[in-house]
Parts: sequence; structure tokens; C-alpha cells
Amino acid sequence: MSLRILVGVKRVIDYAVKVRVRPDKKGVVTDGVKHSMNPFDEIAVEEAIRMKEKKLAKEVVALSIGPTQAQETLRTALAMGADSAIHVELPAADVEKLQPIHVSKIMAKLAADEKFDLVMVGKQAIDDDCNQTAQMTAALLDWPQATFASKIEKDNGNLTVTREIDGGLETIKVRVPAVISADLRLNEPRYATLPNIMKAKKKPIKKMKPSDLGVDTSPRIEVLSVEDPPVREAGIKVDDVDTLIAKLKEAGRI
Amino acid sequence: MFSARASRVMQPSVLHRLNSTLVVAEHADNKLNAITLSAITAAKEIGHEITCIVAGANCKNVAAEVAKVGGVSKLLVAESEALEGALAERVAPILLAAHKQFNFSHIVAGATAFGKSVLPRVAAKLDVSPISDIIGIKGADTFVRTIYAGNAIMTLKSTDPVKVVTVRGTNFEPAAAEGGGAAEEPAPAAEHDAAASQYVGQELSKSDRPELTSAGNVVSGGRGLKSGENFELLYKMADKLNAAVGASRAAVDAGFVPNDMQVGQTGKIIAPDLYIAVGISGAIQHLAGMKDSKTIVAINKDPEAPIFQVADLGLVADLFKAVPEMTEKL
Repeated sequence: MSLRILVGVKRVIDYAVKVRVRPDKKGVVTDGVKHSMNPFDEIAVEEAIRMKEKKLAKEVVALSIGPTQAQETLRTALAMGADSAIHVELPAADVEKLQPIHVSKIMAKLAADEKFDLVMVGKQAIDDDCNQTAQMTAALLDWPQATFASKIEKDNGNLTVTREIDGGLETIKVRVPAVISADLRLNEPRYATLPNIMKAKKKPIKKMKPSDLGVDTSPRIEVLSVEDPPVREAGIKVDDVDTLIAKLKEAGRI
Repeated sequence: MFSARASRVMQPSVLHRLNSTLVVAEHADNKLNAITLSAITAAKEIGHEITCIVAGANCKNVAAEVAKVGGVSKLLVAESEALEGALAERVAPILLAAHKQFNFSHIVAGATAFGKSVLPRVAAKLDVSPISDIIGIKGADTFVRTIYAGNAIMTLKSTDPVKVVTVRGTNFEPAAAEGGGAAEEPAPAAEHDAAASQYVGQELSKSDRPELTSAGNVVSGGRGLKSGENFELLYKMADKLNAAVGASRAAVDAGFVPNDMQVGQTGKIIAPDLYIAVGISGAIQHLAGMKDSKTIVAINKDPEAPIFQVADLGLVADLFKAVPEMTEKL
């Protein structure tokens, strides 16, 4: 089994940042805010590289769809060990309007055109929280999907994948080519070392536009508003367990 | 007079074709998953005629249960050995075949591992953009959902002809399980490629405690518990409160408890009456999963822990003293 893996990575606001809603109520403030690779995508990249290290894969290509800065995200994937990268560039104004349906069409087209055997992505992006891209890419390609993967093992020509489901774990077997989405427990992503970051600068990034792939990125939703969630009223601190129990009784909770 | 009657006869069938919602039932172990009842409530808010579909290897009991739910007018049943494990590659073609026959305006399911796996696959085949994990409905094409781990609320209007929607269970009351009398018919047949994917098996966590997503009370533990054995303290307190037990990501990653207990942006989203966070700092990702709880209690020895900013009642104390004391006094 010597697979060519396409791994999708998204540039998102860093997970530790407290986001702020824009005054025009059409989105959140992204200018001047720290961005990084979507944490689930880091896990997908790590797994792809581990598969290469185990000789299950022969090539790992990272893909990102976004503004110029998406190249930084691709460099991170290259420094982790991806062989090359594809940047599908979008004007900054269109980035917010890009949805999983567009991303999956781009991924599916690239996977089919360039004969990839496996498409890997994180299970969800922590900005839109959609959890759709892997499933939609698999549907467009008519490939099997293994979502929320926490373990991937080779099994002759197939992959045995353990999935995180609501009541515990589930095991399925998928035929390759397939699409996999990574859950948090799949692995612990490595840090890129300085020599690898330097090496990554020499690795090729191919640039494309959605139109080169014949994908129409016109939005399917209209954002009417983006607002702050309701603020909880400040609570109180109690001094001891007795007061805590008394207050809970008072509130009718116990 | 005659023409008025004729048009009245005509109208329902026209409406039926254009405006009808398909709710995908979720079930396990011969029982209907409660989130399906929340999805039916969401479908009622959309306001169209409701068809439910039950697909599985063994689903006669579940079908009988769904047929009784108030507001469901039709029930489609797909029973086949091949549907064991409800693989997305096998369920999606059935939903698409049903859609081809009945031309639904909306396809709705609960935002669970099952709903999240299957519905985007259906949406892609219909070339529509699915709408994940909605918390509100403002019209047949206008929905409310959270983004950025619940730190922003987006209202959006879908411009697609079919709305494929998953529903956050905690935001829609379950529909009454009685009072309906849906007519049952077999779901249209659909083909799948049996070699593409196979269900091997499941390893489910067994527990006598209430189910996490529907429990009235939840006790959750974090890194502060220090070990899996110490979770015993929480189980004892939970038993006194008839509560489910949850966990933060830190507790799951450290191996204290299995992953299906994780509450948060990427775990389960819950909104119990009472949520007691023990030894949990309250990272953004954890708050995303529990901040709609009616009463939040935090027990933490760090007075600066962010959890105190959302807690109605906070106790700054060592959990190893406070939890046993509380268990004894309850």
C-alpha cells in the first residue's frame, strides 16, 4: 500500500483567542488577530506524515484554500513533513463567503484529477464549526468516508478505522480511495523543528484559483447577522459546602 | 362552489410536493434516540408536513415508536441487514431515493455523530450547503447557529432549494411521544456498494447513570481530579444527584475517562438544569459545551479560574475535601 495523500489545512483564528464580534454585525474581527492552523487539521497532517513514515504512504500533499496568508499555514504543514503543497488562492473579500461545499468541490476535483488515494482533513474547523467538508468530499467522489477517526490501521487493501461516536467507539473498514476526518484523539501533532522550517521554505507550493478547477464559489447562504451570545449574570462565591447546598436548595436545583 | 371544492382538493397535494420536511430518526439498541424528538419539534417550527424515516438492521420497534409521535404524518421504513451500524454510505442513498420520490423542502436530523456523518453526504449529492447544529429557526429558510465555539451567534438565510439541517438537541424541546398515528410505508429502495465500507463493531461505554446529553443534572471533572480513580468521588456525588458524569478534554486526554464523556466544542453540547464543574478551569472550548446550563456550580481551588466567570455559584476549595463533604451532606 503506497498511497498518495491529500491533506486539507485551514487557517483559522488561534484557538486560544477570545473572538470579538464586528461592530457591523456581519462577522468577527480577524484583522490583527493571531491565526494558526486549525487544530484538527494539524492532527490530520501528523497522521498523514506518520503513514508515510510507516511506508503506508509515498507522498503527502497539503492543500489550503484561502488568502495569501494561507501559505504560512501550508509552510507549517511542509515543516511538519508534507512533501509539497497546493494553494488555491482567494481574494480576501471572498474568504469569509467560502463554505464547506466549495472547499469539498475543490478537494474532490483535485483528488480525482491528480489521482490521490486518500483525502484527510480535520473533523471540523474551529471557526465555522461546520463538520461537513470530509463527508461532502467523500460524497462528491463517491468514496467511502471514515469520520471522527481516532485510530487508522492498514488492513490489506483496506483501512480499519476506529471512530469516536456518541456512546463510545466504533470500528469500520473502508476501501481505498477514501476520505478520513481526524478527531482529537488520533495523535499528538509534532512541533516543526528549526531545520525543518528552513527546509520547508524550499518545498514547492503550487498556486491555483478555484476557476482553474471549474469550481463556482458563489455563496449559498446570506449572513444576516453575527452577534455576541447572551451574557450570563455574574454569580456569587460561597464560603463552604453548607452554603452551597443551601443555595442550591433555595434555587430548587436539589 | 364546485370549483372552490376542486381547488381545495388540489391544494394539499401541491403543498405536499413543495413543502414537506423529512426527519431522519436515530436509534440504537431497538430504542429511538431522544434527539429525534427534538428534531421533530424543529420540523414543526419549520411548519410543513412531516415525514419520518427509520433505517436500520432491526427497526420495527423504533418504527412503531415513531409512528406514535404527535405531528408525524408519514413514516418510511428501511429495514435491512446491510444497514447494521448505519454507515453513511448506505443510509445516504436511501435518503436520496426518498427525496427523489417525495421532493422534500427540508431534510432534518439531530446533530449527533450519526446526523453529522450522514447529512452532509446527502447535501453534497443534492448540491446544497448543509446547515449544522442549529439552535433556532426564524423562518423556513432562516436559521440561527453558533460559530467560534459558541462565542458568536450567526443568523443566516439559505438560498438553496433544499435545506439540509442538523439540530442541536438542547435547543428544541422533545416532541410528545404520543398522540400521533403516522401511516407507515416502505422506504424506496436504494443501491450501495457493499465493498466500499463495512461495519465491524462498536465498543460502547456502559453506565447505569443517566445519558449525558439528556440528563437533568451533570457532574463534570477536569484535570484537577488528577487520576481516573479519583473520578470515583464524582460518581458517588453524581449518584446522590441522579446525575450523569461528564469531563473536560484535559481529563479525557489524560486517560481518566473515555472520550464519549467529553463536554465541549468538540465533544457533547449539553444544557442540564444543574451543571457542577469540579477541577475544571473553564477553557473556551469547554464552556462551548455547557454554558447554556440553567445553573452552573464551580468547585475549584484557583479563584482566578475562568469557570467562575460563568458560574452562578462558585466554591473556592480543594475538591478532594469539598466533594466528599458535599456527597455526605446531600
